[in-house]
Amino acid sequence: MPDRPLFLERASFRRRRLGDAARVLPVLAAGLILVPVWWMPAQVSFAAGAVWLFGIWAGLIAAIWALHRALRRADAATLRASQAITQDDGHAL
Amino acid sequence: MPFEALVAGCLAYVALMFGVAFAADRAASRGHVRWLDHPVVYTLSLSVYCSAWTFYGAVGYASRSGLEFATIYLGPTVVFTGAWWGLRRLVRVARMHHVTSIADLISARFGKSNRLAALVTLIAVIAATPYVALQLQSVSLSFEVFATDSLTDIPLAGGGGTALWVAGGLALFTILFGTRNLAADERHHGVVTAIALEALVKLTAFLALGVFVVWGLADGPADMLDRIAARAGDPGWILRPDRWTALLIVSGAAVIALPRMFQVLVVEAADEDRLSTAGWAFPAYLFAMSLFVLPIAVMGQQMLPADANPDLYVLTLPAQSGQNWLAFLVFLGGFSAATSMVVVCTIALATMISNHWLVPLWLMLRRKPQGDDPEDLRGFVLNARRLAILAVMAVGWVYYQATGGTAALAAMGLVAFTGMAQVLPAMIGGLLWRGANRRGAFGGVGSGFALWLAMIFLPSVGIGAPPPVPQGVDPLAFAIFLSLAVNTLAFIGLSIFGMPDPVERLQGLSFVSAVDPIRHSRLARGADQAEPLLVMARRVWGAEDALRFFQAEAAFQGKSGYLPDLTPRFLTRLERRLAGSIGAATAHAMIDSVAGGAELTVSDLMQVATEAQRAKEETQRLENARAELARTARQLREANDKLTALSVQKDAFLGQISHELRTPMTSVRAFSEILRTPDLPDADRDRFAKIIYDESGRLTRLLDDLLDLSVLESGQAQLSITPANLHDLIERALSAASATRPERVFRVDREPLAEYVGVITDPDRLLQVLINVISNARKYCDAEPPALAIRVRRTLRGGAQIDIIDNGSGIETARQALIFEKFARLNDPARAGGAGLGLAICREIMANLGGEITYLPGQGGAAFRILLPRRPPVPVNAGLRRA
Amino acid sequence: MLDILMIEDEPNIAEAVRFILTREGWQVGLHPDGLGGIEAIRSEKPRLVILDVMLPHRSGTEILAELRGDHDPGLAATPVLMLTARGQASLSLPQADAVLAKPFANDELRAMVRRMLN
Repeated sequence: MPDRPLFLERASFRRRRLGDAARVLPVLAAGLILVPVWWMPAQVSFAAGAVWLFGIWAGLIAAIWALHRALRRADAATLRASQAITQDDGHAL
Repeated sequence: MPFEALVAGCLAYVALMFGVAFAADRAASRGHVRWLDHPVVYTLSLSVYCSAWTFYGAVGYASRSGLEFATIYLGPTVVFTGAWWGLRRLVRVARMHHVTSIADLISARFGKSNRLAALVTLIAVIAATPYVALQLQSVSLSFEVFATDSLTDIPLAGGGGTALWVAGGLALFTILFGTRNLAADERHHGVVTAIALEALVKLTAFLALGVFVVWGLADGPADMLDRIAARAGDPGWILRPDRWTALLIVSGAAVIALPRMFQVLVVEAADEDRLSTAGWAFPAYLFAMSLFVLPIAVMGQQMLPADANPDLYVLTLPAQSGQNWLAFLVFLGGFSAATSMVVVCTIALATMISNHWLVPLWLMLRRKPQGDDPEDLRGFVLNARRLAILAVMAVGWVYYQATGGTAALAAMGLVAFTGMAQVLPAMIGGLLWRGANRRGAFGGVGSGFALWLAMIFLPSVGIGAPPPVPQGVDPLAFAIFLSLAVNTLAFIGLSIFGMPDPVERLQGLSFVSAVDPIRHSRLARGADQAEPLLVMARRVWGAEDALRFFQAEAAFQGKSGYLPDLTPRFLTRLERRLAGSIGAATAHAMIDSVAGGAELTVSDLMQVATEAQRAKEETQRLENARAELARTARQLREANDKLTALSVQKDAFLGQISHELRTPMTSVRAFSEILRTPDLPDADRDRFAKIIYDESGRLTRLLDDLLDLSVLESGQAQLSITPANLHDLIERALSAASATRPERVFRVDREPLAEYVGVITDPDRLLQVLINVISNARKYCDAEPPALAIRVRRTLRGGAQIDIIDNGSGIETARQALIFEKFARLNDPARAGGAGLGLAICREIMANLGGEITYLPGQGGAAFRILLPRRPPVPVNAGLRRA
Repeated sequence: MLDILMIEDEPNIAEAVRFILTREGWQVGLHPDGLGGIEAIRSEKPRLVILDVMLPHRSGTEILAELRGDHDPGLAATPVLMLTARGQASLSLPQADAVLAKPFANDELRAMVRRMLN
């Protein structure tokens, strides 16, 4: 069964990269919200600013949703893979 | 809309909320928690963040300062983008420690220090009072809009009167559903379900109004954007980067640290998994609540007179346009926002006040000799919470009356936000940094609190002036940055130069690594010590819950009965479950005082730390195997002990029978010989004959008992199974047992209504058991005056449970396992004539009836529990014989 | 002074023994409990002690051992008749001067006491 451990590695690799994304997202969000106001406050204070703000807001919600769904699936896959290996070990014993 | 109809609609809505909360509580108590625990309910309950300040104030805020209002909702959104690794971890650690409030979390992390918790509670109370007042103000303001809108144009409702009614109703609701029980985890299904429903009402009302404004009053989104763009150049609307940043930070802090938010986000969460839904759904809720704020503000300014209060645009706009139903819906939405905030906030504050102020004070004031005070701590805690709820509500109302409620809504909300934000550095630092310690936390929270008080809170209530700030800097932003910076620096600085004590280091390890802490203890292992702990737990949870917890823990260790060994695992779990009811600091102190916990030293700590490290590295599988092995070993040991004891008893048994038979026989034989003496006086002759008669009766009874026991033990007893009523049986047992030591008058405490339980059993046999147990109580209860309590309950599987408890000195732990053995009383100094077969027969009878009789430790006297199944099992051999 | 001190917790047996021995002309005293039994022997200084084996609080054998270890050699040598309801199995009590198994014939008791007092 040489491919089983490989599968675990791939699943946990993916899981780790998703974890990194989850850490980056708040920084990204804060940046998107803060920078325009520091940079050009007069331009973002009215209609254009409202469109911009609500636009990134909706984008962030979608990003969290997608990220959480991916993380949940990755967790489940990692669990399945490690369980499969544990069971094989059990047979070998 | 007529004012009377408004009041009627409002009352109907309130009644609906009471009904929903009641139904949810009932469902939860029956174990139907699946839909109550749904992530959607959790997400909606988080919307308690949107109080009346959001509902009315956001539009007012937007009409004064433009887009700046959005910071209040963008801050939480940024925090929730980190839900996966940040909030989930917070919830997991908090659930692990059964944290009851934010003050409890801080106190638990920093060495279970109650003084720290008391300080955080103080900040929360000071910050929240104006905020509660604000909610009351918004409700009475909205009432006035309708009241003065009627034809007469005279205010029908005085502001104070409305607020008083609202405060009273909310106090009633909170007390009813917030202090119903003192569970081991502070969850309130009724309240959470009601506020989830209110969240839907809020959202629906606000969205309906928004749609009406954008498509009904304006000409769609494009027109709306044009109208907003027309405001360009308004200096009040220009965003200020410093304020923008400060408000984002403060609102992000508030969504975690506000007492009500911590309550719904952390304390009411069943586990951290629901955050994977709430992580996006709660920002979406905030988005939806914010979407129409700016349009409503702009339309309000354009359509309403210049002197109209922007904080009430959401009501006046539909009312002015003749949309009475929409106005009523909006009114209900605002009402929901205010009430749900007040209810949750009050519950959270009441928990903190009772756990960190009142209970420690009470325990300190009445320090009694340990172990023997039967007082009901649970009742005290619940009453302390009720009192705290009334006090918070009353202070909020008084504050509203005193200030006249003239301040703009937005300012008052920000005061609360900035206050609670002072707790955040200590909380985040405590979760991420093992080096953080109690001195740092005191220094950080204390300095932040002082600066907040001087620069923000006191000026906001009109005491003192805000300190001068550098030119061009916004005063509020300056105060926020300064207080948080000083707070954080003090926290880090004092932590670096201080050395945490061992308890604190242990807690730090547990919080930062999110591993189960292990409570170190050098307490004697063995069941002897468990009984005082059981007595203590009973005072907090009540007898039934305490017994259930102790029985489950004993069963986990592979032991039968109610007294587990004092393993570190058991002590840890007990302390954390207690912490869920009364806070970490108090639970820690109580367990230490009862179990006499030794001071933790650094070398103990090192040992615990290595143990924890090793435990973490071991795989779950090994862990399970070891636990299983330990359990088996324990069971084997118990079985072996029992077998050894049994064989000794078997040997002793014949000797004991011999003794019990020979003793009456001796009297019979001696006196019958004496009777043959010719010159015996008649009086002596009669007396001796009576002795012979009595002693032969005693012989017969003994033989009957022995025969009865052997039949019962062989399982061949003939049972006549019929329905019977426990009330009648207890009645008969009491009257039959009153022949035992008739000179003792017992006060019998019964619950006659609960006793009317029908059972299917052998009534004569059950009666025999009842008489035996009650007679025993009459014989051995040494209290003055003696009392007997009889409690009957239905069990879950349709059986019945009878507890018979006296108020005497009970049976010492070492003998509890022996009393059901044959001739157990043989060496008992107080044996009163019987041979000591009574309880052995009772045990066999109950086994034959398919139930059991057990001794209940820690009930303040000798206590026996008789458990009956729904119906006796069909005897196997009877069936075989028939076949 | 007492001839005989009996330590026996069963009131009916005590009464029978006392009745039988009193009719023989001896002074018989009674102590109904293992607790304080040795003190009763010390204060009464009887010529013979009749001791039940199974007593509440302190067993007859314990009392016997303490009596034999008393620093007053006269008291330590007091003759002791043990009564036992444990059957023949427990008749070997080396420190006792005589052992009588319950139930006993009255004549047996009388004869044994007479022999030990003379």
